[in-house]
Amino acid sequence: MKILVPTKRVPDPDQRVRATACGTGLDDSDLYYVPNPFDLIAVEEALVIKERETEEVEIVTVGVGVADYEKELRTTLAMGADRALLVEAQRDLDPWNVASALIKVIEREQPDFVLMGKQAVDDDSNQVGQFLAARLGWPQATFIASLELEGGEARVQRETDSGLESLTVQLPAIITADLRLNEPRYASMPQIMKARRLPIEETTLEELGVSVEPRMELVGFEVPSADRTCRFFESVDELLQTLREEEEVC
Amino acid sequence: MKILVHLEHDGAGLRQGSLSALSFAREVAKETGGSVQGIVLGAGLDAVAADALRYASVLVADDPALGALVAGTHAQAIAAAVESGGFDVLVGTSTSATKDTLGRAGGLLGGYMASDVVGHEVRDGALFLRRPMFAGSAIATVKLCGGPQVITVRDSSYEPSEPAETPGEITPFEVDAGALPGGVVVTGAPAISGGRPDVTEAQVVVSGGRAWKSSEDFESHVGTLADLFKGAAGSSRALVDSGITPNELQVGQTGKIIAPQLYLALGISGAVQHLAGMRNSKVIAAVNEDKDAPIFQVSNYGIVGDVYEVVPQLIERLKESGA
Repeated sequence: MKILVPTKRVPDPDQRVRATACGTGLDDSDLYYVPNPFDLIAVEEALVIKERETEEVEIVTVGVGVADYEKELRTTLAMGADRALLVEAQRDLDPWNVASALIKVIEREQPDFVLMGKQAVDDDSNQVGQFLAARLGWPQATFIASLELEGGEARVQRETDSGLESLTVQLPAIITADLRLNEPRYASMPQIMKARRLPIEETTLEELGVSVEPRMELVGFEVPSADRTCRFFESVDELLQTLREEEEVC
Repeated sequence: MKILVHLEHDGAGLRQGSLSALSFAREVAKETGGSVQGIVLGAGLDAVAADALRYASVLVADDPALGALVAGTHAQAIAAAVESGGFDVLVGTSTSATKDTLGRAGGLLGGYMASDVVGHEVRDGALFLRRPMFAGSAIATVKLCGGPQVITVRDSSYEPSEPAETPGEITPFEVDAGALPGGVVVTGAPAISGGRPDVTEAQVVVSGGRAWKSSEDFESHVGTLADLFKGAAGSSRALVDSGITPNELQVGQTGKIIAPQLYLALGISGAVQHLAGMRNSKVIAAVNEDKDAPIFQVSNYGIVGDVYEVVPQLIERLKESGA
């Protein structure tokens, strides 16, 4: 069995982001990057499957991005992925073009299914998984909270706005991971050291035959302040009185 | 622009939230001199169609093959309706169902898609869309480079539409059931939660964070307070992550995005990804042990203290006053 896990690197979500001086984009001069947290949940789930299943399981992670991406891909190798593939792209791609690159990788690698994060926490688009499923004509199971494999099918529970829904999905399929699926493991120091020496396969958009056709143009980017002035109270009576009489919200 | 609005329903009538997308559509149609039509999909849609007609003319895709809400089948029918009707824009309200289904429809329609739109502007006939990035820390203005454009809008940014002055018309939309993709079977519907309203629908949301140590504590404090306010109970991602609260309570970047009249944050530190979900609430009040917690920076009112001491006092006062 082969599982393909697309991953993206994102600015560490705990940092404050800034706009460039001209206000048309993200100031990326001073950012620290990490693997997208939801993609690490997908990597973890692939590792759990590998440990659980009796048949041999190969986990291939793939990143689409600039050459620096290697560091984040090595994290997936340190966690236990078997191979990592970097598709070099000179600039950030929108979800359609990321999907275009991943489709070429999927055609080449022929995985049994694709497991990936439900969204990247930088652009928050939540589109690539659904685009892949649509374009490949594969079933999709998005936002999953549990996964079991049996006889060429995946049984999942997925998060919806009104609770958990259960689906049975024929493979190959696109499966996207939500928060409760698992808690990703931390790689140990020896694993991290070992992963440093492992090869990362590299290819380019040109080699894969992907022509980039932008779908979305960024024309403005601002970082508005959400700050308010907080009035502190000593007692709950003062708070309730203010909410009732001044704000009239309860 | 010719706009198709994806309207969600519960089998009996439209979901209130999906009328936010209709508001967006009406505004854009007015600004560009276009038209608006809705689409409902499912099986046995007479009641739903009758409800939808109060708001707009609708395409009704009523077919047993669409009875289960499965992204693959619904997206294919929606994409076919967009193509055959020559629509310029397909819009839905951003919910877990539309993220799944319209995301797939976007993939079928060429990928000109913007998610979670919170504002728009028409300039020289072109649509400029404002959407949050980085957990709402940044607002990007984007333009889609072609069409049809597929858009989801946040219900916290567009007020649900009122019924139209004149009722609409029904146009049946035939689906080619044999051509719909298979491979997915729904084996269990979402469990219906208890009597509390959903966080997206309540005027008051009482929310708990990492300070709560167990599901029982959460329910007896945050839940009780929510009931006293006749509001909804919400939760930070930390509590969902540790299994204390279910995911549908999650407020934040990867949960629900809300803007109630009052948001009461109890024991929530205020991580960026949580603020993304509630920063636009009208009034925000917070209780936290740490006076430097980031939640206070976005709050109107605060009490510095242990939630295990402050919340029982709040409950007691509200009970006394018969709220």
